[in-house]
Amino acid sequence: MSDRFDVVVVGAGPGGMAAAAVAAEAGRQVCLIDDNAALGGQIWRGFRTETAQKYPHGNEFLRWEERLRKTNCPLWHGWRAIDCPGPGVLRLDGNREHHDLEFGRLILATGARERFLPFPGWTLPGVMGAGGLQAMVKAGLDPRGKTVVVAGSGPLLLAVAAGLAGVGTNVAGIYEQAPLSQLAGFGLALLGQPAKLFEGARYRLKTLGAPYRTGSWVVRAEGRGRVESVTVTDGAKQWNVACDWLGCGFHLIPNLELPLLLGCRVSGGSVVVDALQQTSLPGVACVGESTGIGGLEKAVLEGQIAGWAAAGREAEARALAPRLRKLQRFAARLERAFALRSELRMLAEPETLVCRCEDVSHAALQDSASWREAKLHTRCGMGACQGRICGTAAEFLFGWECSAIRPPVFPAMVSTLAAEAEAPDPAHT
Amino acid sequence: MEYLIQIGSAHLELPPLSESFSITVNGKPVPVFEGTSVAAAIIMANEPCRFSVLGEPRAPLCGMGICMECRAIVDGVAQIRTCQLACAPHMEVVTG
Repeated sequence: MSDRFDVVVVGAGPGGMAAAAVAAEAGRQVCLIDDNAALGGQIWRGFRTETAQKYPHGNEFLRWEERLRKTNCPLWHGWRAIDCPGPGVLRLDGNREHHDLEFGRLILATGARERFLPFPGWTLPGVMGAGGLQAMVKAGLDPRGKTVVVAGSGPLLLAVAAGLAGVGTNVAGIYEQAPLSQLAGFGLALLGQPAKLFEGARYRLKTLGAPYRTGSWVVRAEGRGRVESVTVTDGAKQWNVACDWLGCGFHLIPNLELPLLLGCRVSGGSVVVDALQQTSLPGVACVGESTGIGGLEKAVLEGQIAGWAAAGREAEARALAPRLRKLQRFAARLERAFALRSELRMLAEPETLVCRCEDVSHAALQDSASWREAKLHTRCGMGACQGRICGTAAEFLFGWECSAIRPPVFPAMVSTLAAEAEAPDPAHT
Repeated sequence: MEYLIQIGSAHLELPPLSESFSITVNGKPVPVFEGTSVAAAIIMANEPCRFSVLGEPRAPLCGMGICMECRAIVDGVAQIRTCQLACAPHMEVVTG
């Protein structure tokens, strides 16, 4: 089974939606695929047409949803791109079958995930990502009457805590590892934007009642069979906070598996693109968080640039480029503001698991010299998540380069893998 | 404070209190709503999704189909990423 489109867009978050809409409006046959059941990616998860306008940047979501709908661009939900079996072909797995998509141009908008770091107790039920906890609540987990701690690093912590506090959750504390001095420099650089400052203040008001502490972090989670409390430190003293759930994530990292599999050049943890969002691979563009964590506005603008470029409308694409520079500076400031402190490398004890899929402890990894050696000797990173969680942690903990990618980039059905074996001209040999 | 609205959305909406149905998790009925994920139902049933290689109970971590901790058996099919599957009436979920 195969279909052909002028442009295939992978990822239906803000960047992918904008790219698909612009390319389709310019007359190209476009297909937008995503592994989730709805449009919006992570930042617009749970936005509904009827209520989105009440929320910050809800109108932006509605605008792109409307533009996409008018183009009749097909939206393929529940599909994951797992391989590129030949030039111009993307293999999808999902919905209990597989499918090959042929493309003229490919736009990758694979987004980002949270970075998780191991600490004693991080595998206990009830310990989730900060964004993970928010995603679960958006998916129907009832947070009313629960006591939660939100910790880790990044602007996401405040957004998550504000949302939870707003629906009747007791937010016992928000712990940001970055010191105030590091964050203050970041905030001062934004003083030229009063409207947005106001938005920010509104968010903070909603979190009233929950202490937002900078320069502090969770050192351990405890409980019998599930998390019941966490120990927090500010580097000098330690204290205990009781909770039902801990949402803990250390800012975001790009999802690079698909770009790496295809062979796109990656540098400094993100995909390298030119002024038209084109990667090192002809015909393949990349937009949004995978070109550097920079947020919504950057993703939407990059999506539009890639969309115009895919439609052969270079002049329109280039006209948007100057606006992008400001957003790229914002991305660079973000990275500096939420840089991780070295103490976080010391949280894992010898018996603390680093690889949750194969249960590989920190001690077992001590003697490995590289990610490859760790995989061969301990099976670290060889489980179902394919190193997405532990590889990211190991890069920070041990300084390894953890980016060896082979297909399928997500666990796939055996029937899909059988099709893989039959593929006549594998691109990845 | 611009970074707040650039990176995260604070938008949270609770499900309506009507139109609920139930699924079972390890035989226990769990009331859910249209759109509730199976992973959320498993947490509300107070059950772990799976047991690890060393026998530790595990529950959802990332909530977005990346970590694979939420795998469970849904209507007899094993290895289902339950955070990306919506509950349907009469669904039977078995964990462990």
